[in-house]
Amino acid sequence: MTHGSGPHRSVAVGGLSRVEGEGSLRVDVRDGVVADVALSIFEPPRFFEAMLQGRRATEAPDITARICGICPVAYQMSACSAVEEACGVSVDSRVTALRRLLYCGEWIQSHALHVYLLHAPDFLGYADAVELAERDRDTVERGLGIKRTGNLVMETVGGRAIHPVNVRVGGFYRAPGVKEIAALAEPLRRARDAALATVEWVGGFEFPDADGPYRFVALRQAGRYPIESGRVASSDGLDLSPGEFADRVVEDHVARSTALRARLDGRLDYLTGPLARYALNSNELPEMASQAAADAGLGPVCTNPFQSIVVRAVELVFACDEALGLVNRYEPPIPPATEIRPRAGTGTGATEAPRGLLFHRYELDDAGLIQTARIVPPTSQNQLTIESDLRRVAQAALDLPDEQLAWRCEQAVRNHDPCISCAAHFLDVTVVRQ
Amino acid sequence: MTDDRPTLAVWKFASCDGCQLSLLDCEDELLALSGAVRIAHFTEMSRASVEGPYDLSLVEGSITTGSDADRIQEIRRSSRRLVTIGACATAGGIQALRNSTEAGAYVGTVYAHPEYISSLSTSTPISAHVPVDLELQGCPINRRQLLDVITSELAGRRPAIPTHSVCQECKGRGNVCVLVAGGTACLGPVTRAGCGALCPSVDRGCYGCFGPSEGANPKALADRLLSQGMAPVDASRLFATFYVGNPVFGDEAARLAGTGEAQSNDQVESE
Repeated sequence: MTHGSGPHRSVAVGGLSRVEGEGSLRVDVRDGVVADVALSIFEPPRFFEAMLQGRRATEAPDITARICGICPVAYQMSACSAVEEACGVSVDSRVTALRRLLYCGEWIQSHALHVYLLHAPDFLGYADAVELAERDRDTVERGLGIKRTGNLVMETVGGRAIHPVNVRVGGFYRAPGVKEIAALAEPLRRARDAALATVEWVGGFEFPDADGPYRFVALRQAGRYPIESGRVASSDGLDLSPGEFADRVVEDHVARSTALRARLDGRLDYLTGPLARYALNSNELPEMASQAAADAGLGPVCTNPFQSIVVRAVELVFACDEALGLVNRYEPPIPPATEIRPRAGTGTGATEAPRGLLFHRYELDDAGLIQTARIVPPTSQNQLTIESDLRRVAQAALDLPDEQLAWRCEQAVRNHDPCISCAAHFLDVTVVRQ
Repeated sequence: MTDDRPTLAVWKFASCDGCQLSLLDCEDELLALSGAVRIAHFTEMSRASVEGPYDLSLVEGSITTGSDADRIQEIRRSSRRLVTIGACATAGGIQALRNSTEAGAYVGTVYAHPEYISSLSTSTPISAHVPVDLELQGCPINRRQLLDVITSELAGRRPAIPTHSVCQECKGRGNVCVLVAGGTACLGPVTRAGCGALCPSVDRGCYGCFGPSEGANPKALADRLLSQGMAPVDASRLFATFYVGNPVFGDEAARLAGTGEAQSNDQVESE
């Protein structure tokens, strides 16, 4: 895992674990200074953007869902939103509310997975959640219970937790009945209590000192914490429509990776995801979630990437609470979908996947066929920032023995919940070094 | 202390992670399972990894690169039983759409520097490379079926995985037939059961994500769809998704595309 001693050290993790997909990282140290870091993505590319050419725009939600089994709803929602913009259609507010509920289910499922099964073991020194469960079964059961509730929401609204079948451009195939939705209230109340306990639990972890000078980018919309829509905001004052933002994101392709790397205006790296959403929207959190954040010691902005686990737990409280509100106010959309007439046009859809901003852009012809597709997942936008984190974290942890240094570096990557399966579809990020 | 539990390994090739996530989605059974078997290699779940040989390997994803073609050979050698899970591993997945295009066309569309990408021109199932003991279908697989497969494999019995069509499940749920009564294009008659007839249950036609059922006759279904006014190119698209790499669906998609070019893009929606 590590090689060499003295002034020259190279720490390599050949297969990153507890992330979605296949990647590796390497840190080179020369004369006591981190000289180079590399997060490599060797997930085989699947060429989704090419596969979409010539397909009907109405097929985009089901096809792009297959980019990621962890966040298929994010792909479906961004795809729907992009196609609807291209076709000049806006959907019924009851459809929007039902989409938001479905999306809350995905946030709950994905965040519970990440907090309990992927990330928490790092803080407690366990290889995985099974080891953790040997010491503290109740806690792991609590996490699995939250996760189960997220899946239940997705099954009830979407018909299936992984690759939901009920989503279509314009809305849904079938609006769930009032009783079906009402049955979610009790599990969501329990999940919300469990999420509050989660904030308290992870708030008590020890966090390595770290402070990222991040440029945060997230959706923002007055009056609500962003999930399925909004304008794109940044911590340095951007305020753009998703289409304007997409125009300014430039991806490049370097030789060591199968993912593309995104930069704003081709030069500025930035971070999306829970830390960014929270920094730009913490004022929009409902009382229960903001109180939990305050109790866990979070200010309105959090710049320690290791504390992203606390922010994720706060978002769990939010998502359960928000879902509960949507359940209580549920009115079935009638009809369940707005009819879409094909027309030539271009549309961009941006939504907040659990791990960050995800945007799709489609150019359609007048028969509704996709001419070009562009899909930019959170992990390709975060990749450069993850590497900057790695450099700082490794530098600060050079006194650790090799095995612990490697583990700390892995943890620095997991802080951002990278979805490598997503990133590689389009992107192969490779960094060329001199 | 010796650990005589059987060992389980989970491997990933080109895929979305959804089928292995199905294992973590067994929230009620995960901890019991991890007591009964030793999870020896499962990168998505654990940073610990035990060297093989393994009693049971679950393989997700298709083979799309030369190095993956080598890697699956090694995994086969170190696995007593090897079960493939999901459409990618059993049929090549949606990414098998590349198989019918000119080599290199896709990579140039997505990547600025195709020369950095080492990728085969085809996406193929695991069974095209090594002997496979059992294939579990679905995009994604059904987690109940997955648990049945794991427990059956460890007990040395055959899992009860149906091979008949979605229609039987759909009738069992008491659904009104969306194809016959609603005129909706539905692949249920030619698609393997296992999902519980999810799509017809939300007033939608089945889109074939469990692959062809045993003895499926896709041409007969396609004729029916065409007689209902669907354009051949749209019928072709219906077969050309997650199981396009299975010849039963793939060949029908190609046949329909071949006959449909002249009248493409008529406004008959598939949904």
